[in-house]
Amino acid sequence: MATGTEPQPRTGAQGVHDASRAAIAPRHLRTDRWWLAPAATAAGLLAFIVYSTWRAFANADYYAAPYVSPFYSPCLAENCVPMKGGPNWEIFGSWWGLSPALLILIFPLGFRLTCYYYRKAYYRGFWASPPACAVAEPHRTYSGETRFPLILQNIHRYFFYAAVPVAGILTYDTVLAFRDETYAWGHMGLGTIVFLVNIVLIWAYTFSCHSCRHIVGGRLRHFSKHPVRYRLWGWVGRLNARHMQLAWASLISVALADFYVYLVASGAFDDPRLF
Amino acid sequence: MTQLERQGWDVVVVGAGGAGLRAAIEAREQGARTAVICKSLFGKAHTVMAEGGIAASMGNVNSGDNWQVHFRDTLRGGKFLNQWRMAELHAREAPDRVWELETWGALFDRTPDGKISQRNFGGHEYPRLAHVGDRTGLELIRTLQQKIVSLQQEDFHEFGDYEARLKVFQECTVTRVLKTVSDSGSAAGEDRVAGTFCYERESGRFFVLEAPAVVLATGGIGKSFKVTSNSWEYTGDGHALALLAGAPLLNMEFVQFHPTGMVWPPSVKGILVTESVRGDGGVLRNSDGKRFMFDYIPDIFKEKYAQTEEEGDRWYEDPDNNRRPPELLPRDEVARAINSEVKAGRGSPHGGVFLDVSTRMPAETIRRRLPSMYHQFKELADVDITAEAMEVGPTCHYVMGGVAVDSDTAATRDVPGLYAAGEVAGGMHGSNRLGGNSLSDLLVFGRRAGLHAAQYAIAAGEGTARPRPDSAQVDAAAAEALRPFSAEGPEPGEPDGRPPENPYTLHQELQQTMNDLVGIIRRAPEMEQALEKLAGLRVRAQRAGVEGHRQFNPGWHLALDLRNMLLVSECVARAALERTESRGGHTREDCPAMEREWRRVNLLCRLTDVSGGLAPAGPPQGLIALARETTEPIRPDLLGLFEKEELVKYLAEEELHG
Amino acid sequence: MSSYTAAFRVWRGDADGGALEDFAVEVNEGEVVLDIIHRLQATQASDLAVRWNCKAGKCGSCSAEINGRPRLLCMTRMSVFSPEETITVTPLRAFPVVRDLVTDVSFNYTKAREVPAFVPPPGVAAGDYRMQQIDVERPQEFRKCIECFLCQDTCHVVRDHEENKAAFAGPRFLMRIAELDMHPLDAAAGAGLDRRKTAQDEHGLGYCNITKCCTEVCPENIKITDNALIPLKERAADRKYDPLVWLGDKIFRRSE
Repeated sequence: MATGTEPQPRTGAQGVHDASRAAIAPRHLRTDRWWLAPAATAAGLLAFIVYSTWRAFANADYYAAPYVSPFYSPCLAENCVPMKGGPNWEIFGSWWGLSPALLILIFPLGFRLTCYYYRKAYYRGFWASPPACAVAEPHRTYSGETRFPLILQNIHRYFFYAAVPVAGILTYDTVLAFRDETYAWGHMGLGTIVFLVNIVLIWAYTFSCHSCRHIVGGRLRHFSKHPVRYRLWGWVGRLNARHMQLAWASLISVALADFYVYLVASGAFDDPRLF
Repeated sequence: MTQLERQGWDVVVVGAGGAGLRAAIEAREQGARTAVICKSLFGKAHTVMAEGGIAASMGNVNSGDNWQVHFRDTLRGGKFLNQWRMAELHAREAPDRVWELETWGALFDRTPDGKISQRNFGGHEYPRLAHVGDRTGLELIRTLQQKIVSLQQEDFHEFGDYEARLKVFQECTVTRVLKTVSDSGSAAGEDRVAGTFCYERESGRFFVLEAPAVVLATGGIGKSFKVTSNSWEYTGDGHALALLAGAPLLNMEFVQFHPTGMVWPPSVKGILVTESVRGDGGVLRNSDGKRFMFDYIPDIFKEKYAQTEEEGDRWYEDPDNNRRPPELLPRDEVARAINSEVKAGRGSPHGGVFLDVSTRMPAETIRRRLPSMYHQFKELADVDITAEAMEVGPTCHYVMGGVAVDSDTAATRDVPGLYAAGEVAGGMHGSNRLGGNSLSDLLVFGRRAGLHAAQYAIAAGEGTARPRPDSAQVDAAAAEALRPFSAEGPEPGEPDGRPPENPYTLHQELQQTMNDLVGIIRRAPEMEQALEKLAGLRVRAQRAGVEGHRQFNPGWHLALDLRNMLLVSECVARAALERTESRGGHTREDCPAMEREWRRVNLLCRLTDVSGGLAPAGPPQGLIALARETTEPIRPDLLGLFEKEELVKYLAEEELHG
Repeated sequence: MSSYTAAFRVWRGDADGGALEDFAVEVNEGEVVLDIIHRLQATQASDLAVRWNCKAGKCGSCSAEINGRPRLLCMTRMSVFSPEETITVTPLRAFPVVRDLVTDVSFNYTKAREVPAFVPPPGVAAGDYRMQQIDVERPQEFRKCIECFLCQDTCHVVRDHEENKAAFAGPRFLMRIAELDMHPLDAAAGAGLDRRKTAQDEHGLGYCNITKCCTEVCPENIKITDNALIPLKERAADRKYDPLVWLGDKIFRRSE
């Protein structure tokens, strides 16, 4: 026998160091770069948070005809920049003095915050719960999503319901992007392409949602009695298998679309017109 | 030794595969308190390896199917050596056994009208195999396991104890079936079953389960052979337990070898390569690259098989106008041919031949037609069958022989209270088993064994009426089980210090012996040689020693299993030497023809010394005595299911007119 | 043939303690980790305890952890490691150790008993069951499970928190509940058993934070998280957190 066969005092130890388990001191024995995925996830999410916080509070450079930043659409306060034919609905009166982005961003933020993929991403990346598979987590106790506040993750479906009209409005914005800066129809610029790509990814991400999959057909017990919903469920299922990729792609595309508008609105860049 | 833990049960089922679990369910539903004891974890039995399906003439796909057709197919497959009453019960009851699985939650693949789908298989006239993709055995085991759990849940509601009436002792081994004390006057064979002697693999602790009825459902014997598709559990335990208790084994010479098992890499040696690889165009080549099967077409098949590669290749596209390629000859012919090529030095590097699809079909087609084989080789062997040839050779697959049982009750002979079902029981499949008939066999006769064991146990009464295990037998069993720990002690008449034998080495030599000398093609001198080697191994096995302690000690477990493998191997070798014909799973190079006279002959193996004590050295001449027995004539209405022209090929003249 | 000597570190010991023990052992082409463990048994440590059975990835007995990752010993080829690499093999670290590589997996059998069994539809005789293939396919995916318990081992809910074992069934048995809830003919609801609600209330579905380690380790490639656990969470949400669905079910007496 090798050294170390005598039982180690393991009072108060927990998890993989519980007294009943095999006495192995390291909290994991993984030899691969298991930390890479959570670190990259955390870095990516942090970068987006920093960028979006800046842009959401900036309250400037979000409209450059015909493009409106997805962060500010629809614009629900009186202090919004008027956008011809654009998504201006002054539901909130003049009392709202902050950036109008904050009013609308709650919905996509909530949708993504309760999304089954992002939950995995931030539980692993920020909470280290767990940091990676078979790597012991640092927390003494764990109650998961059994109590407040995390039990609220169960309302994901309501954010899905809200995300659909928001995506609808972004679609409307994309249609408006087929104008030129004088609001004449039938034109396209580089920004139109950026908006097109973004809206496709937004829809794909929205429909690939697990709640959506459940609602369109997953909750049924007999697919054979609901052939249309079965087919829809199949389509959503195929998108759902790429939920993670779509989550990242749409996150990046929405930031890029906003950044593009910022560049054009701030005058740093001139939208190249295709026709 | 007498203060061992003892528990009282009504029925003890040894083995938790398909037959054992089905027996346990039935016994419990009959009201018997039932214990199941198995070597692995609950739900890991070898039954999970079954892929094809469960044969049952439900007629869901072709309404022409019925039990008579199934019976006929089974007898043809077994070359009429089957215990016909078993084949009849099997064919009649299989559909009910399958349907009942659905009420326990099984989910078979479906037909368009929502019934259980059935697939074609070799030897079955109609599509007959209920299946779930290629994992039917897993579905069967899981369904039975979950039914057991549901019965335990019922008991929990009634008694507050899940295990009040049905308990699974997992990772435990039975080393002896215990019997009652002999009355001074009576013969040993008349004693009744009284329980089992067991040890817990985890702790090495001994215990005794007392019960008037014991059901053996331990499966097969494949681990006596070097190349086998069977798992480590298949050490012939039930066969040996029956022998040691005084019950005879039947027709042990019939061992099914599948011609194409994997031979390389070592980790997967013996695992099956499905027949559909050849059916879809795979060809066998030797190390010279030659399609050698054309050289091995026997005269009787000359008319039915292609004589040129060109014709054989055309068959895949146009089977009506061409003859099939010789790769699709019956299993024993293909296996024999592979054997000859290897012996002639034209084998593959690892002692098989090449089975090639990669040069026959585009990679995409291979992946589409043979997905499970593609994955089996990719994941287990890191071999891409679309780019290189597989190496294959015959692998020991199934034993048709087994404990001789009564067809209706599954009761063994000569030992009241002992029952056997599943692969461990003999007779049902005759000399050769059809694919799909094993899973249905487990269900039909598992249930019957459980039913009759329970009725027998309940009739045995309570209290003092119960048979009590002979305490001398318990002590002897404990001493026998402990012997490997003291094997290094001095031998009688020897100076001390003789080193103990390594059980792993003994096991390897046994496997090599059986594989080489009592394998797929048999010759009298080789089998005589095998019997000598087995006698030598038996003597050495008495000194198989192990280090360490009794807690989960695999060397010790193997040392104990060796006794069973050696007994069973001797039965196979003796019976194979005795039967001077070739039939089904028994091929004699020196007696190549099937003899009608032999059809009526059953070979029974018994222990020469039934008093049960295996003397430390063992008699060198062997432990097994063979007896011939004439089979019961087939009932006339069942014979009437066949055409006369067919019957004359199998039955002797007087049987046809008798 | 290319043979080499590999460095193995195998945990040996029992509930009272133990340590990683070093071995130098021969490795031949085409072998898997279980072959090497068997070679150790046959040549260097005859009492090395390991659980195994079919050796073909179909029975789920030989679960252990290789270089810290839960795996089947028989399905881990030696060719995925470089010859220089030291390969560490330990028992499953979420369950009590028995000896060497063998752990006490009774937790799983206890949990299996706590899931109410299939309830056959009343009034439908054996042989009269009719189900459509598209309806059985979803539960069939879950019935591919070979019960290797790697998902139970890797799940941090119990791996890192012994105290959660009482309340949490684990991925394998939550998947079993999903399987039964998706079974086309299960009559539990008629018998007064709401599998969706009890998944949350009695089997600890809420502990799952869908971090997908169960899916990552599954040797059968069952999409445990996406196809069983999340749908089950959504079904529980139907019952417990969605007043519209709840109301609709009450009014229309739907059983879907």
